[in-house]
This record gives sequence, structure tokens and C-alpha cells, in this order.
Amino acid sequence: MSQSYNRGLIEDFGRWREFSAGMWAWIFHKFTGWVLVGYLFTHIAVLSTAIPAASQDPATLAAGEDIYTTTIVTLESLLLVRILEVGLLAVAVFHILNGLRLLLVDLGIGLDSQDKSFYASLILTGAITVASVPTFIAGAF
Amino acid sequence: MAEHYSSFTKGGRLWLWQRLTAAFLVVVLAFHFFLLHFVYHADEVTFALSQSRMEMWTYYSLMILFLFTATFHGVNGVYNALINQGLTGTKRQIVKWTLIAASALLLFQGVRTANAWAGLPTFF
Repeated sequence: MSQSYNRGLIEDFGRWREFSAGMWAWIFHKFTGWVLVGYLFTHIAVLSTAIPAASQDPATLAAGEDIYTTTIVTLESLLLVRILEVGLLAVAVFHILNGLRLLLVDLGIGLDSQDKSFYASLILTGAITVASVPTFIAGAF
Repeated sequence: MAEHYSSFTKGGRLWLWQRLTAAFLVVVLAFHFFLLHFVYHADEVTFALSQSRMEMWTYYSLMILFLFTATFHGVNGVYNALINQGLTGTKRQIVKWTLIAASALLLFQGVRTANAWAGLPTFF
């Protein structure tokens, strides 16, 4: 049976040495959530260049010289952007995997092994991120 | 016995919607990343390629639903994280309405962007 309890000073990050695996999962989920919501606003701002591009002439669009295409191509030519994209992937993968873990825990599945499933989320995030680096960096040099 | 670390009040509608949108986003965010980084590569993006996808009503409607669920899930998550840090009273109301206004702007601009590709009205 689950039980709610007063977390008291659990948000006091000065107590980090006392944090359990579940607390670290909670902090990482919160941190990755902040990054993702920040990125969502940035992402829509960049994609908004499609609005003026839509009214450019068809020849410019066909040649890929419109403002949207040139903005994306310019950003993708920067090594820093590629590295940030790898970071974004790591953040998104962890948030997805830990989110699945949270959904299962909320349904009462895997409560006894929630610390192990957190470690599994971390390891899987690392493996997927490392395996994706060649795809994300391709063409950057 | 489980300890309940959730940021949300159990039994509340926002708690339920946070979980329902999470279940949807787990699948669609993974699909979005896979399609736009592994099937197509980000450095090969062009307006015409994005337009060809967004002109399909199935893809357009999925992306609109993605925008709305991601905005709700993200902004509601931020709001609850701030409440966890002790946000109360007038400050809580100011933050709440600021986040609602920011969400409305994001949704409006997101729909305009999707419409620009789909050949639908961008309003101004």
C-alpha cells in the first residue's frame, strides 16, 4: 500500500549527501524537465522562421535558400550546436526512461526495485547517447 | 511500504493529466527524435522536406497534439516544481498566470508555424 507523507525539508539540496536513489531520480527528472521545457520554447522560436519562409518565392524554396532552411543549415554547421544536440538527446532519453519508470511506480509496478530501475535508466541513457554520437556529429567536420 | 515523492496532489485532475500526457509524450517524443535525427538528419532539413510531412493531415494533427501535450506537461511540471520550492500566495498566482500566458503564446506561435508548412492561415 502506498503512503503519502510530509517530505519536510527534502527540497533542501544542501542535504544531498543523504539523498537515496529515488531522490536522485526525482532531482534528475526535475532538471531534465526544466531543460526540455526551455528547449521547447527555443525550438518553436527557431522553427518560426518557417512563417516568413512560406511567403518566399517557389524558386528560392526549391533552391533551399529560404530563411528557414538557411537558419537550420547554419545552426547545424556549428559543432557547439551538434554537441548541445547530443546533450539534449541524453536529457530527453533519461526523461523518457525515468518517466516510464514513474508511470509504472504510480501504477504500483516495480515499487520494490525502483532504485534498480533508476540505475537501469541511467545506464540505458548512457548507452543510447554514446551509440547516437556518430549520427549526431556526422557532417559537422 | 512506498514513499510518495510525487510533486502532485494525488487524486487531482492535473495529476491525472500530467500522467496521461506523459504516456502519450513517451511515445511521440521518441518518434520525433528518431524521425528527425535517424531517418532524416537534422543537417539535411529543408523547408520543402518539412512541408511535405506537414501537408499530411495525419502528421500535422500528430504534431499539433504533440505541441499541446508537451506545452501542458512541461509548463504544469514547472509550476509544480516551483510549488515544491515553497511558492505560495500572490507570488504563486503571478507565476501561474505568467506561465499560462507564456503557454498561450507558445501554442499560438507553434500552430502558426505548423500552418505555414501545411499551407493553412498563419493569421497575420
